[in-house]
Amino acid sequence: MSDLITLPVESQKTAHIRLTLNGEQTDVSFAPYKTLLEVLREDLGHTGTKHGCELGECGACAVLQDGKPVLSCLLLAVECDKKNILTVEGLGTDGKLHPLQEAFADLGAAQCGYCTPAILVTAKALLDQNPNPSRDQIREALSGNLCRCTGYQQIFEAVEEAMVRIAGREKSAP
Amino acid sequence: MRMRDEKQMRVIGMPRRRVDARAKVTGQTRYADDIFLPRMAYCKLLRSPHPHARIRNINTTRAAAHPGVYLVLTGKDVPIEYGILPVSQDEQALCVDHVRHVGDPVAAVIAREELTAFEALDLIDVEYELLTTISDPEDALATPAPRIHDYGEEGNIHKRVSLEFGDVEQGFAEADEVFEDTFFYQGNTHLPIEQHAAVAIKDPEGKLTIWSSTQTPHYLHRALAKVLQMPPGHIRVIATPNGGGFGGKSDPFQHEIVVSKAALLLDRPVKICLTREEVFYCHRGRHPVLMKFKTGVKKDGTITGMNLQTLIDGGAYGSYGVASTFYTGALQTTTYHIPRYHFQGCRTFTNKPPCGPKRGHGTVQPRFGQEVQLDKIAEKLRIDPADLRLRIAESSNAVTANFFRLSVVNLSECIRRVVKSSDWKDKFRKLPEGRGVGLACSAYLTGAGLPIYWNKMPHSGVHIKFDRGGGVSVFCGATEIGQGSDDVLAGIVAEVLGLETFDIRLYTGDTDLGPVDLGSYSSRVTIMAGNAALQAAERGKAIIAEAVAEKLEVPKERLRFADKRVFDSAAPEKSVTFAEAVCLAEARFGTIGTMGSYTPPKSPALYKGGGVGPSPTYSYTAAVVEVIVNPATGWIAVPKIWIAHDIGRALNPTLVRGQVEGSVYMGLGEALMEEQEFRRLPKKLSHALVHKFPSMLEYKSPTSLDMPEVVTELIEEPDPRGPFGAKEVGQGPLLPIMPAVANAVYDAVGVRIDEVPITPEKIMKALAEKKAGREPRFGPSHFPHVNWPEALRVPPPWEGGDGHAVNDVPRPAKRRDEKEKVLGS
Repeated sequence: MSDLITLPVESQKTAHIRLTLNGEQTDVSFAPYKTLLEVLREDLGHTGTKHGCELGECGACAVLQDGKPVLSCLLLAVECDKKNILTVEGLGTDGKLHPLQEAFADLGAAQCGYCTPAILVTAKALLDQNPNPSRDQIREALSGNLCRCTGYQQIFEAVEEAMVRIAGREKSAP
Repeated sequence: MRMRDEKQMRVIGMPRRRVDARAKVTGQTRYADDIFLPRMAYCKLLRSPHPHARIRNINTTRAAAHPGVYLVLTGKDVPIEYGILPVSQDEQALCVDHVRHVGDPVAAVIAREELTAFEALDLIDVEYELLTTISDPEDALATPAPRIHDYGEEGNIHKRVSLEFGDVEQGFAEADEVFEDTFFYQGNTHLPIEQHAAVAIKDPEGKLTIWSSTQTPHYLHRALAKVLQMPPGHIRVIATPNGGGFGGKSDPFQHEIVVSKAALLLDRPVKICLTREEVFYCHRGRHPVLMKFKTGVKKDGTITGMNLQTLIDGGAYGSYGVASTFYTGALQTTTYHIPRYHFQGCRTFTNKPPCGPKRGHGTVQPRFGQEVQLDKIAEKLRIDPADLRLRIAESSNAVTANFFRLSVVNLSECIRRVVKSSDWKDKFRKLPEGRGVGLACSAYLTGAGLPIYWNKMPHSGVHIKFDRGGGVSVFCGATEIGQGSDDVLAGIVAEVLGLETFDIRLYTGDTDLGPVDLGSYSSRVTIMAGNAALQAAERGKAIIAEAVAEKLEVPKERLRFADKRVFDSAAPEKSVTFAEAVCLAEARFGTIGTMGSYTPPKSPALYKGGGVGPSPTYSYTAAVVEVIVNPATGWIAVPKIWIAHDIGRALNPTLVRGQVEGSVYMGLGEALMEEQEFRRLPKKLSHALVHKFPSMLEYKSPTSLDMPEVVTELIEEPDPRGPFGAKEVGQGPLLPIMPAVANAVYDAVGVRIDEVPITPEKIMKALAEKKAGREPRFGPSHFPHVNWPEALRVPPPWEGGDGHAVNDVPRPAKRRDEKEKVLGS
């Protein structure tokens, strides 16, 4: 262990967790001070989740932890042992986009796209919990995710469109 | 440009999924900070804690010896000055001996780990000799020494201009009423959610490649060649998709030069990602501007003359500031007919992060003043503000007093639309106390008519490669910053060739792969890259048509390209697939590749300073904002906004609507809350002038809860200068929002807030003034004395002017050649 003292701090990958990342059991070792965001991006190669402010204000780093939106820049990765984490990379299934992704793409809800991954997972958490939210409930659910491009309106519409598509899909499912 | 039969179009004008949408919704868009390369080192910058100081000494010994540190750089490693404008080469990648604002970088550490680099910053010892801080323009005017820069007009005045188009005093003499108003527009910043990042490598051949979140890869390319003293051909700049730009990533930045230098020295990839605090220090945002409008009008509202004075807080560097200065006076004449116009502008240096171009560049602040003053004029003349504007709105193909040639102008239609959709006539001055509506208009450039460095080359170029399999690859320097520039290119090429946008591959923002496009600024991409793409696609189509006509034995004029086929329009069954068509053409003519380019038309504004403001065409916007003001708290709520935008043609209506609503959103942020403010640290500390809140926690921007419903209408009369008739949409719709809010607040509670942002505190102060029987207003009380230079006198077109100043000093012919030589080196 004494060798570690001369190693730069980030190389001291002494922490270890096992989590379910986008449905896959994942083991990862990392420097213990790292946030979930840093471990996702730097140690697990999941760069879909973004950063924007370092203090939990912009919401660009949101991921789902056991189905609930959390800010991965404020969460230490060591706290995520045995947790179920969903990021934008895990939204689609069977090679198909999630209806939210389809609707966001179709309706112009992603402009620069930087805030999009976090908004998508946050919206998914909302629709999972409430399949038929009102415009005000959507506004409320996304109020922690800043978007500087869209003015939010096309985002609201995309969530509403996804809601309809999900309902339609479930109806037509055998 | 060719107009097309709208009914035949399959791509243009259809609401479509943008070409890069899938990448964005799956998290696969690779922004600069998403790039991880083997052996990559990390860079951090040491920034000045002082607003104004001389650097006496820098000792990097301890930092260099820190375990894990590969390299420490200081100013003397990259001393050559650069800057976005040829006339303002005043920045250094790391300050050599003079720091000019808190956050100015003085040293860089490159280390194996980011945290190590960060730790090692503390081990760099810098001795500063503090200098007097210049905190605002009035301070700058009163304090000629110490100088922040040793160039400029004099003292701490960077640029002073005076342009007079006709005898304005005569205009005032002919007026029935003369209005004088002062306004202040506080600065604010872009706040893109993506922090600037860059990765540089010495490529395997020994040349430099840099990926960066830049809106202007071509200008960065030039700056790197100059500072690193390398042939431009040995440098490749790749603009990664920007996670929002809004003008804030349009300058070459220190961190881009530093990581390039470090990568060359270390022969390994070097990355930097700025912290949010550092993004606030890079700034280049909205200039704080104090303005005085003096406007003469006839009883019917006709303007007889206008004098506009602007005093501009430039911050610590030139940046785009000379252009910004001219822009504060450029576009007043493009909305309403102003027969005589005198503009005086003065930009000062101050010890704050440099200001530059933010959405609407330099025209936003005076637009606020002009539109609020018009509201006051309308009230005094007892004319409805919408009617007043309809009376004085400029018309198509006019040449303005300052020699800007307008193209299609649909300002009046914009006004009529929002008046109707908002029920203006039933609301204005008729809503209950505390509720009000306000109207304002604007115009904006569709691309700057002149490049940033003087040259006669095209502003944009497109290269198209046709593949035997029917694939089409489009190469262009245009930069995707979220606005949809890739989709514009794909849409135009697909329409011309009868393909879908999914069939088009795009290679953009890369100085090695594509022809030069000057960058994503001044709302220029749609018209310039779009016209270049149109030309390249039409040329390819002509070659292919020639070969197909021969094969099908039909006249080539009868051929149509649609649904991925080329067919005889008279007998559609006579056809080949697009892929077959390409093969026929390749067999007939050899490998198929075409080029297109675009250069804006020559401007009739030939006077010195006439280079800022000309554009191939201008977009127009009108907006009505409804507000609810609580007189007890001053709190403002905005329930709804109606906006109409003169777009020419919406290439992809989904994206156009997004640009309009995004502009409304950003304008609302500026109107109500966003401000880049500074404060002094306590005297017992350093008393330094520091950013009041360089963090997203305290720099407030509107959330989803703050955003009102927006009703967007598009006016589509194709402009002959735009590709398929398209004009800009990325910036113009922001401009009317702030004055419309101010005018609505007046309608609601009868107080004038002649200052942006319009906060509850200011409303409460104005309401207190009203209650005390004084002028119900909050705003600046005076405009300081400026030693204006003698005006360049340019007689307007209707007074026989030819676009030149009658008293211009002849410029020596060789100056431009010399400038070119310097730039080309």
